[in-house]
Amino acid sequence: MAGTGAGYDLSVTTFSPDGRVFQVEYAGKAVENSGTTLAICCKDGVVFAAEKFLLSKMLVPGTAKRIFPVHRRAGMSIAGMVADARQIVSRARSEATQYFNAYCEEMPSELLAERLGLFMHAYTLYWSVRPFGCTALLGCVDQETKKPSLFCIEPNGMVYKYQATAEGKGKQAAKTEIEKVLANNPELTCEQALMLVAKIIHKVHDEKDKDFELEISWICPASNYEHAQVPAEQRKAAEAEAKRILEAEQEDD
Amino acid sequence: MAPGQYSTDPKQHTLSPIVTGATVIGMKYKDGVILAADTLASYGSEARYKDVCRLKKVGEYTLLGGGGELSDFQYLSDQLDEMADEDWLNEDGCFMGPKEYSSYIGRVMYNRRSKFNPLYNQFVVVGKKKDEPAHLMYVDHQGTAFEENFVATGFGMHLGIPLLRNSWRADMSLDEAKALATKCLEVCFYRDCRAYCKIHIGVCNGTSVDISAPIPLNHFWGHGAWTEKRLEDDDPTATW
Repeated sequence: MAGTGAGYDLSVTTFSPDGRVFQVEYAGKAVENSGTTLAICCKDGVVFAAEKFLLSKMLVPGTAKRIFPVHRRAGMSIAGMVADARQIVSRARSEATQYFNAYCEEMPSELLAERLGLFMHAYTLYWSVRPFGCTALLGCVDQETKKPSLFCIEPNGMVYKYQATAEGKGKQAAKTEIEKVLANNPELTCEQALMLVAKIIHKVHDEKDKDFELEISWICPASNYEHAQVPAEQRKAAEAEAKRILEAEQEDD
Repeated sequence: MAPGQYSTDPKQHTLSPIVTGATVIGMKYKDGVILAADTLASYGSEARYKDVCRLKKVGEYTLLGGGGELSDFQYLSDQLDEMADEDWLNEDGCFMGPKEYSSYIGRVMYNRRSKFNPLYNQFVVVGKKKDEPAHLMYVDHQGTAFEENFVATGFGMHLGIPLLRNSWRADMSLDEAKALATKCLEVCFYRDCRAYCKIHIGVCNGTSVDISAPIPLNHFWGHGAWTEKRLEDDDPTATW
């Protein structure tokens, strides 16, 4: 991995002869090596989930979160360097607050996503800064129409709008699972998605990795269309059910 | 200065209010605290905006009632909404309550007055955060701030406080408290030229903060002294 840049990878302001900016690609590696995170636009809202590695048994559960609220109806889950991500979350919150102060209306999700894309892209243009080593999954629910939307903003500043997506170590496997889930349940609600999302995270978790804590949050009728962490009992019930089903599937194999 | 040129040193300090609200009444009752205010914003002596809600829910547990300059009340309300949103972003399961907000508002008001740029208001900040005792605070444009069991601003201070002193008890029921506040605002409507006969009542009971729909006040004008004729019909000097 090291050295393939052959001198064109020393600075983010250098293109390689084949048109790549290696520093930005290397930023993407930080995302690829992180715990899996996924988000799904369900019929009635958005569900986020993250595989949060526990670096120590002494860590207090429920801390060092990877999913952050941006405003009442928007949340962001992070793959990659969470410390870098805090800047992006902070920026997203400022953008949303300033928009509301100016227009007295919640910031439209695509506008917020675009601003974040521009923000992250700016850090790939100058020699004096480095790109963000994280990808943000921004999920929003429109205040009036209650329509959910999901955007993926990458370290290079690209913004993609998704029905559902995953990032991090197990993203390929997770994306396949999500596609299967949505194909079987096109009218999936957030309540129904809880168990399925827990199942996907547990399934793509690599046993060789450390232990993890499952972090789930949602924006849906159950949370009064506000971003909220899924209540502990519901999360534990979903995880228990997911583990049970996975064990049953493994026994079948 | 040349005609058409803007002043380079514009007047920044509002020392006389333009659109104003009148009395706000606040009192604690057995299970919490209520706030009442009429729905009028006066433009000097003109009763200009008759459907204004001068009560504002702040955060999860607090109510702010504003008398005085309406634009300053709206400005502070927006600032407090922003603070409440930042409080919510912490996702730590606890929210600021009336003690925190009234302390903050008190500091803001005092600091503004110290810069000779006051928010020209008399506020009553009330609330009850879950099982904590009910909280009621008066804060005004000079930075005066104190806690009490019942307060009134503006004309209510002169007309309503005597009624409150006679009738208020710590164990009043919600209906009794509402009736007492209504009576104070009725008296204010009769005797304060800047008061109105439609009110809002807000209730904080520890679990929720509710502001009522507008309530019309009863008012009676059929007194004998005003309706009986005293002078003959054909008296050319008769004015009554």
